[in-house]
Amino acid sequence: MKPGCVQASAAPGAAPDAARPVDGPRPAGDVAGAAVWPSAEVFARRRAPEAPAPAPSASAAPQAAFAAGEDGAGWSDAAAAADMLALDPAALGGARLRARFGPARDAWLARLAAGLPEGAPFRRIPASVTEERLLGGLDLAATLAAGRPVTRRGVLAEAHGGVAVLAMAERAQATLAAHLGAALDGGVVRLAREGAGGAVPARLGVVALDEGEESEESEEAAPPALRERLAFDLALDRLRPEPMSADHRARIAEARRRLPHVACPDAVLEALCAAAEALGVASPRAAIFALRAACAAAALEGRAEVEAGDAALAARLALGPRATQAPAAPDEAPEDDASEDAPDETSPDETPPDRGDPPPDAPEPDADRLDEGPALGELTELVIAAARASLPAGVLAGLAAASGAGRAPGAGAAGAMRRAATRGRPLGARPGMPQGGARLDLVETLRAAAPWQPLRRREAAERAAAAVDANEDAARDGARDGAGDGAGDGAGDLAMDATGDAAGDAFPPAPRRVLVRREDFRLRRFKRPAETLTIFVVDASGSAAAQRLAEAKGAVELLLAESYVRRDRVALVTFRGAGAELALAPTRALARAKRALAGLPGGGGTPLAAGLELAALEAEAALRRGWTPTLAILTDGRANVRRDGSGGREAARAEALEAAGRLRALGLGAALIDSGARPSPDAAAVAAALGARYLPLPRADAAALAGALSGAPSGAPAATGARA
Amino acid sequence: MAVFPFTAIVGQDEMKTALLLAAVDPSIGGVLAFGDRGAGKSTAVRALAALLPPIRVVAGSPYNDDPDARDCPEADRAKAVEAPTPVVDLPLGATEDRVVGALDLERALTRGEKAFEPGLLARAHRGFLYIDEVNLLEDHLVDLLLDVAASGENVVEREGLSVRHAARFVLVGSGNPEEGELRPQLLDRFGLSVEVSTPKELAERILVVRRRDAFERDRAGFVAEWASEEASVRERILAARARLPGVEAPDAALEKAARLCLALKADGLRGELTLLRAARALAALEGAGVVTDAHVRAVAPSALRHRLRRDPLDEAGSGARVARALDEVLAA
Repeated sequence: MKPGCVQASAAPGAAPDAARPVDGPRPAGDVAGAAVWPSAEVFARRRAPEAPAPAPSASAAPQAAFAAGEDGAGWSDAAAAADMLALDPAALGGARLRARFGPARDAWLARLAAGLPEGAPFRRIPASVTEERLLGGLDLAATLAAGRPVTRRGVLAEAHGGVAVLAMAERAQATLAAHLGAALDGGVVRLAREGAGGAVPARLGVVALDEGEESEESEEAAPPALRERLAFDLALDRLRPEPMSADHRARIAEARRRLPHVACPDAVLEALCAAAEALGVASPRAAIFALRAACAAAALEGRAEVEAGDAALAARLALGPRATQAPAAPDEAPEDDASEDAPDETSPDETPPDRGDPPPDAPEPDADRLDEGPALGELTELVIAAARASLPAGVLAGLAAASGAGRAPGAGAAGAMRRAATRGRPLGARPGMPQGGARLDLVETLRAAAPWQPLRRREAAERAAAAVDANEDAARDGARDGAGDGAGDGAGDLAMDATGDAAGDAFPPAPRRVLVRREDFRLRRFKRPAETLTIFVVDASGSAAAQRLAEAKGAVELLLAESYVRRDRVALVTFRGAGAELALAPTRALARAKRALAGLPGGGGTPLAAGLELAALEAEAALRRGWTPTLAILTDGRANVRRDGSGGREAARAEALEAAGRLRALGLGAALIDSGARPSPDAAAVAAALGARYLPLPRADAAALAGALSGAPSGAPAATGARA
Repeated sequence: MAVFPFTAIVGQDEMKTALLLAAVDPSIGGVLAFGDRGAGKSTAVRALAALLPPIRVVAGSPYNDDPDARDCPEADRAKAVEAPTPVVDLPLGATEDRVVGALDLERALTRGEKAFEPGLLARAHRGFLYIDEVNLLEDHLVDLLLDVAASGENVVEREGLSVRHAARFVLVGSGNPEEGELRPQLLDRFGLSVEVSTPKELAERILVVRRRDAFERDRAGFVAEWASEEASVRERILAARARLPGVEAPDAALEKAARLCLALKADGLRGELTLLRAARALAALEGAGVVTDAHVRAVAPSALRHRLRRDPLDEAGSGARVARALDEVLAA
């Protein structure tokens, strides 16, 4: 197997035949058998091999799905999306499938695959794909065999003209999303990696399989930078798939021929733009996708011009799921809507309010400036009404503003743990043997070996000649491993060979082989500053009186500013009333932290134990990701609500101390800021139990507090009772 | 392949102006475009590449040597040819060897020769170096780039090679702040910083979509349609470059710039210098011979907003603070 070759692997729970490779050019017979769904054969090839079958769980978050729910109507839309995508995957970017592993997802993927032109690639990309494999680079095996640099295409380039399926998109890193985004935008992969450079065509569509559970607290979802570039966003879980027609591929091929000639009336274009605006969809990409989808829909229906129905379908598929606000009811004349309701407050999701610059000046008068006339009438209404059917549930409930901020994952979105051994500031390569987890820097090794090649080849030839005279067998061994060999081959050339067969077979060494010696080996070295996460645990209870809460907020803001300079991540845990909540999952977007904090309500009991427990959970999660968490706790320590939400001061205090003790066991740097009006023994006791530095909030001076605290989180837990 | 014409980009005037200013006077020091997805940041940069007037280079020079430079050897002078202004992409995932240049693997392996293979920095010399998603670029690469951008020289010491070559380029970075902020230490190394947002007006949005659609249906036709606009902007850049050395910056303008920086507590002298350079470039671009308050006002947000001692939590953004200071200082 070639190094780095992406190979499907069986996972527990997957059917045995799922272990077959899904990569590579599609076997010709594959789709022939798939013309009529369902076909077990297609499933076996297409299914997500590494995705374990999810345990059917009643607690699975209900997906914001098509309003159609569990019936065929939803499926027909989803199927239409698959067919549109099959016409020209690159034009529509692709689709995000919010679905668990299951028949609906399989059927959708099979349908898409069946619609693609004969021979078009249909590649899988695991979320853990390495940059090297994704983008391509130097093919070491071939380079060594050929004795000159040979580059290999990456997965993206291999999917040129077809579709790449990104597994577990909710785990994808921001960088992976950026690579996919660059390929989707430009249709090329630009490469400047170890020994290889240039641009390779990569016009492809991407299907992001998103199994993340989207909820207020969780940020598990495909990265927004990727979602933005995919036309469709489908929730498939509750849909019942229907079979394809027998002539599916032929039908799609026919539509593909028609597509370039489909005309789109201006009125449709304007209606789609107006609908995007009414739905609070800021990015022009969405409107462009909707336009292309409408053309594709018309082509699929065998029409030469886009009709209202096509536009409605396109709006339902491409605009509805992106909506960040519910449009005005259809009765309320959307024309007015379009021009006046163009709010600056579009949505936190698409247009962060912190970039509140005035909108760019209106465009200069232009020949092709539209005249805002009667075009935006009925058709717009129709399109908006269609899109309403697929609005995310939160928007319909009028929760757009509240949920939007929580949904967009920032830099701290879920992702695989980054290991310092593979990422970070390269310290250059150092000589040494690859062992103990150190990675061989192949390119540097080659570079080290390169200048010596002519000399070594000469030497090898001479030695070989001598060895033939002496003892052929000994020389053969000598070529493999010089150590201690009697044939005088102490230098120990390793003739690296692509096929991996014994170096000795090529005897004397073929002139194009690269002779690599032990001293050429270079190891990768990385230095990565520990990533830190500051978890703010803020007591928002009634006992932390209103103005103290305001001061605490001020202090936290100052600390946030400190974190900003250090590019720390921050998370915010608040507790009040009956329990604690994660107000902000770990993020680097500090403006969001500020927003979360500003909107923090106060009042209620003090469930300190619950707050500390949630903080401990977050800290553990951070440790698992390889971050260094520190805690900044703001409370007056007057716990009076137990973990189960019931009252009882004594019990609550005991629980809090117990929780503090467990938190201490994690060995984190921590500081407890007493937000009470007077320093309280309760808070000091909790700080002691935590092993945290105890800082009474100096009266009304948040700046001084921040100064006092700024050293604390990074320093070792100090003795308790230290005054600021 | 035809790229979307620069002049056909709807709105985004601040970004377009900043790019043009950098084209007129590369010493302004780079452009950073941060903002919404889908606002056309990378479209603008790629469009700029097609718009820029050609430069004269020594044929075959991997470093885009200037045949008109004083130290250019006579032999090279004869080999002068016109070439497009380089706009080089620094793709994400680039490795250091490709950026700064490294031992030429091909020649080393096949011929055993030790030769330097120039990297992206060499190719970008006298042109633009573009980094999309600059905030996702590994820190060490950003450091390296800014260092080279500031010194104008690329020094390579690796694999027994010791090479130095001129690398003066305009660094253009773009990104979305939601993916993570750029390190504040690096922010003010960019000359101009523009904030980009998606169009808010319906008419503008429709225009964006319509032009995009027209472009995709007939790329060659669309580009041809905009060719005269493009040519006129190209002429403007050339004229502005010629005019630039003669543009006067009166003491009053200097003083205003200084007072503005003072009022904003913008750190260091770089802000003042950039503000002045940008104002002069704008004056040149507009065909004026003297820098006026209007020029200073127009470029101040781009030149200063990223240099303020920034409060990352200030929702209003630094643009508003610059605007306030402008009103105070320039009203006086």
